[in-house]
Amino acid sequence: MVATVETKQQVEEMAGEYKYGFTTDVEMEMAPKGLSEEVIRFISAKKDEPEWMLNWRLKAYRAWLKMEEPDWAKVDYEKIDYNDIYFYAAPKSQDKPKSLDEVDPELLRMYEKLGIPLREQEVLAGVEGAARVAVDAVFDSVSVATTFREELLKAGVIFMSISEAVKEYPDLVKKHLGTVVPQRDNFFAALNCAVFSDGTFVYIPKGVRCPMELSTYFRINAENTGQFERTLIVADEGSYVSYLEGCTAPMRDENQLHAAVVELITLDDAEIKYSTVQNWYPGDKDGKGGIYNFVTKRALCKGKNSKVSWTQVETGSAVTWKYPSCVLAGDNSVGEFYSVAVTNNYQQADTGTKMIHMGKNTRSTIISKGISAGKSHNTYRGLVKVLPGADGVRNFTQCDSLLVSSESGAHTVPYIEVKNPSAQIEHEATTSKISADQMFYCRARGLDEEEAIAMIVNGFCKEVMQHLPMEFAVEAQKLLGISLEGSVG
Amino acid sequence: MLKITDLHVHVDGTEIIKGLNLEVKAGEVHAIMGLNGAGKSTLANTIAGRDDYVVSKGSISYQNKNLLDLEPHERVGEGIFLGFQYPVEIPGVSNLNFMRTALNGVRKYNGLEAMSAAEFMKLVRTKAGDLKMSLDMLKRFVNVGFSGGEKKRNEMVQMALLNPKLAILDETDSGLDIDALKIVAEGINAQRRDDTAVLLITHYQRLLDYVQPDVVHVMIDGKIIKSGGKELALELEEKGYAAVA
Repeated sequence: MVATVETKQQVEEMAGEYKYGFTTDVEMEMAPKGLSEEVIRFISAKKDEPEWMLNWRLKAYRAWLKMEEPDWAKVDYEKIDYNDIYFYAAPKSQDKPKSLDEVDPELLRMYEKLGIPLREQEVLAGVEGAARVAVDAVFDSVSVATTFREELLKAGVIFMSISEAVKEYPDLVKKHLGTVVPQRDNFFAALNCAVFSDGTFVYIPKGVRCPMELSTYFRINAENTGQFERTLIVADEGSYVSYLEGCTAPMRDENQLHAAVVELITLDDAEIKYSTVQNWYPGDKDGKGGIYNFVTKRALCKGKNSKVSWTQVETGSAVTWKYPSCVLAGDNSVGEFYSVAVTNNYQQADTGTKMIHMGKNTRSTIISKGISAGKSHNTYRGLVKVLPGADGVRNFTQCDSLLVSSESGAHTVPYIEVKNPSAQIEHEATTSKISADQMFYCRARGLDEEEAIAMIVNGFCKEVMQHLPMEFAVEAQKLLGISLEGSVG
Repeated sequence: MLKITDLHVHVDGTEIIKGLNLEVKAGEVHAIMGLNGAGKSTLANTIAGRDDYVVSKGSISYQNKNLLDLEPHERVGEGIFLGFQYPVEIPGVSNLNFMRTALNGVRKYNGLEAMSAAEFMKLVRTKAGDLKMSLDMLKRFVNVGFSGGEKKRNEMVQMALLNPKLAILDETDSGLDIDALKIVAEGINAQRRDDTAVLLITHYQRLLDYVQPDVVHVMIDGKIIKSGGKELALELEEKGYAAVA
């Protein structure tokens, strides 16, 4: 492993700048600012949606109007003026491209700048023998390029933008959409239901092991545009899929709102592995700008013996509010949550998970690693809940916090609600500080300050990083180093 | 190779080194002996560049460069190696990864290409073998769960890999049984060449039975108060520091 060397190079390349801080000059089409039924009708019409979809959105909107923005998280940000946001922006194009050759070269250049992993670039370039990773590239709010769709279809796998799925597979979408995260689940989820622009739909049929890892790159591009992604993944009986989500955003002065919803459903014996590397613009050194990342991610392990594994590496965003959760309904189902959250400068992260044990002999594992640098605040908030009928439940939770600076904060807020006496719940938590001794030891072996931090932090996060797919892990290791750049002192 | 003139060092506001002079030439092995609290480790850490050790006065020149201008990692690149008295644990980082990063860092500093994984494995196997260190220990996390002796041996493997010009070994002999001491001494002797120098910091003259020093210094209260040949170490052992001072 030469991750730290790579990190160093990366850090040098960055030279103190946010690498992904650029905008792409693609003509945009926008809905008027603010939110109203008219705007929702506009979005729905733009996407040429069926009536039921529009009604579903409107219902969510009406519910949202009566809801309050949550304020229980340990985050502090300026109140969002929902009337000052564009809720829809799409690149202007007449027809959807049929292949990558037809994709706006400006967009492809952007992917290049984004440093989409070599493996994927090879795939995009059609290099023979290149490992196959399908990329459903989400550019602002509309999917503009989808690769490998046909090959996936051969395996019976459906992998497409959710707006296409609404039209092509209305029954499947109708059956599952909103069943894991209901419209009224929370303020941000309701908002997403009303205005979601696009996202991904995946369906893995019975007994199929998805032939490749599915990957989506999210990117926010237009100024003042909320990003409301919607992802729905359904793994039918005995199927398996690994899904990668990674994101970067251009530099902006004004805060941008992102309120995504991800729903996962596993039926009997099915498994979904969902990995995220989140690297949105965190704001500058003084805490100006940056993305508000208010995400609702939840999995329903509906079938028996099913499994959902969330792995996340969160390094970006000014404010993060995110709790990828598992509802373990099926007997013997398994939920896992592996998380690394890094905050630097003035970033605030309140993240964790909820494991709701409903079925018998359900098991969950939570490993959370929080790293706080600069003047940031990093909170783990988690719930382990065991319902009365759930016999033989087991949970193991480990929350470790690492403080890089003395002005940062690490907080751990575990909630445990057990209504069945047979449950075995374990919780371990540690907080430590990078020691001067560790730093000097690394430096006395030829590592500069940034490399030393990157190495120590990567070691701290190892238990989580090893759950990431290989090509993601390398990227994520670099990210950790980059995110902590300038945090020393 | 190394010239220290009137060195004063403060740690947390307290003066620990109080006007120390030392010159080490290429090809020489020097031993610095002294009781706990004499400032031996502070001297070693200061040469390696620990940044909370403040040089308030004096100079350190190394190969005609002002060492105090260099960052710790640059000093490593220039060929200085510090073997730690208490090697630090780094959980989650494999020893191999750590060593390879260190080696390639030094190579890069000297304008050399990074060593490939295969080449590195070959090298590390040889060096670890010389020091009777198992491959298993190389794969474990840096110093985590290592015994005192294993940690010291691990330092020696790192020294052998980095092949420094000036090795400073801070109490490398402490906590070693006699077999381990012999192995470590062999490692130090292997490092002894016309173009290298070794600075041994030790309490006891035990190590000096196996590594013959050219010069022995006695350090008391932040200063070198006496220097001599290897017989000085024996005298110290016999009569104690008070008598020699």
